Amino acid sequence: MSGDSTGPGALYVAIIGAGPAAFYAAEALLRDGPAGIRVDMFDRLPTPFGLVRHGVAPDHQKIKTVTKAFSRVAEDPRFRFFGNVEFGRDLSLDDIRAHYHQVLFATGAQTDRRMGIPGEDLRGSHPATAFVAWYNGHPDFQDCSFDLSQERVAVVGVGNVAVDVARILCLSREELEQTDMPRHVIEALAASRVREVHLLGRRGPAQAAFTTPELKELSELAEADLIIRPEEAALDDLSRAELEASDDRMLQRKVQMIQEFCARPPAGKRRQLYLRFLVSPVELVDDGTGRVGSLRLVRNRLVATASGTIAAEPTGEFETLPVGLVFRSVGYRGVPLPGVPFNERWGVILNQGGRVLDEATNQPIPGMYTSGWIKRGPSGVIGTNKPDSLETVAAMIEDAAAGRTFAPVESPLAAYPARIEAAGRRCVTFADWCRIDAAEQALGAREGRQRAKFTSIAEMFACLDAAGDDPSHVAAAAG
Amino acid sequence: MKLETVLSAKGPGVVTTTAATSMAEAIALLSRHNIGAVVVVDAAGAPAGILSERDIIRHLAAGEEIDAAAVGDWMTTPVTVATPADDVDSVLRTMTARRFRHVPVVDGARLIGIVTIGDLVKAERDEYMGAIETLETQLMDA
Repeated sequence: MSGDSTGPGALYVAIIGAGPAAFYAAEALLRDGPAGIRVDMFDRLPTPFGLVRHGVAPDHQKIKTVTKAFSRVAEDPRFRFFGNVEFGRDLSLDDIRAHYHQVLFATGAQTDRRMGIPGEDLRGSHPATAFVAWYNGHPDFQDCSFDLSQERVAVVGVGNVAVDVARILCLSREELEQTDMPRHVIEALAASRVREVHLLGRRGPAQAAFTTPELKELSELAEADLIIRPEEAALDDLSRAELEASDDRMLQRKVQMIQEFCARPPAGKRRQLYLRFLVSPVELVDDGTGRVGSLRLVRNRLVATASGTIAAEPTGEFETLPVGLVFRSVGYRGVPLPGVPFNERWGVILNQGGRVLDEATNQPIPGMYTSGWIKRGPSGVIGTNKPDSLETVAAMIEDAAAGRTFAPVESPLAAYPARIEAAGRRCVTFADWCRIDAAEQALGAREGRQRAKFTSIAEMFACLDAAGDDPSHVAAAAG
Repeated sequence: MKLETVLSAKGPGVVTTTAATSMAEAIALLSRHNIGAVVVVDAAGAPAGILSERDIIRHLAAGEEIDAAAVGDWMTTPVTVATPADDVDSVLRTMTARRFRHVPVVDGARLIGIVTIGDLVKAERDEYMGAIETLETQLMDA
């Protein structure tokens, strides 16, 4: 019974969230933690992997190979996954304190930042993340509708989400059929009447957040010409000086490519993808029916801030861009969790190096930790969460060794998932997920794709309820 | 990456002092908080200067007496400040070129945080480690 005690040597950790930060933390805890370490991971969705499943672009399947590494973590007998369990609804902080020594919140940045300009809530104006969640089959976003009968679309921002959205809007049927998007999404995108996509960057080519490979992809789309205005791609003196002083070859290459694309004549493809620089939306203009009819943009010039950053400053010169659909991608924020101190300014859990701080004293609360985007805000690539989670896990192990933990009264090993199921909530285990995964892959294989995603929790449960373990059989039952 | 990413996981609050504070008190403050610099704020809470270990060494080397000095006598002013929207790599380049190690971060005139060169080097290192991790994973499991 020693493995099932809350006594000395045992370290029971609950992780809330199942995205990259959660899995990198679980991996580090199982590797570096004490002999009695056990990790239980809870996610509000039945499926693990967070934004790897619902954020990474569906035409970038290679990036999703990281789930193989996460699945190896999940095979550890000291690890358990409980999907379809929501913190605050099915599992409270008091429940966690009674059963675990530590909790790690890795819930990500679940909401969009607002632009703070008039007309932002007109029909036809959407957060880019809602569109991303929809085309990636997120069960919460399948009722969203986007008016793809519009011919002109603006995507505000030039970060990787904005670039993904612009590219997805330009994919040909053939390119769409290579993705793992749900069938209804592929059909909607294939039937889209979008002709022009305008990607809007505030600063210049040397400050754009997209990477060189992302830019190259935009220039190689089967059905869209990439169009860049030479006057917007030309480097100002500040950017030129910074670029010349920089040893960042990829940045130099990116700027060079942008200037080469300017000079390239359009091939006359079906769609035009306009990559704009030095413009900021100041208003979404009503077309008279409560819908977006156009975007009013101000042109920017670049200035250096006191600390040397090249920043955009409005010139007072405006232009009107007729668009019927706007996707806003100007940043993300975390959502406060019940009972967990929150830093409103940054939209993250109040923390220092991953230790959650008490709002009154600014001192660490023993037992409570955070990692990933809910700790540092939305930045970096999937792998950036690894050093982030390692920092938090080092603090957890140090605190556990010093006895600074919750004082659980009952082992979680027997209590979970029984307590949640007793409340009428179905828990999805990692073995269950593997069956869903196999069924999705079997469904995809029928269409010559890697995967076809289930988009509702009911479909996932139907898949699990289907008899037998033969994936094609399960898929047939669910499909 | 912007400074706000660095500030998000630093916890709130900045250690500050005033120009009228005695140097002895300021040194005790640096020691108590285990920090290398303290932001000097005016009555409105805006940064008026910064007092770092470098300032203290410079004035001591010049033979000045700690007991007779106030923070306002030894601080560096004006101080270069940054905003949360500033780029980590630009600020890092500025700090390296101009040889200072602490930058107060302001929202308008109000002081909201401080970043050290160590914070920024760590943030950049983590960003590079993350990119390498992602690329390696794709190569290994492809």
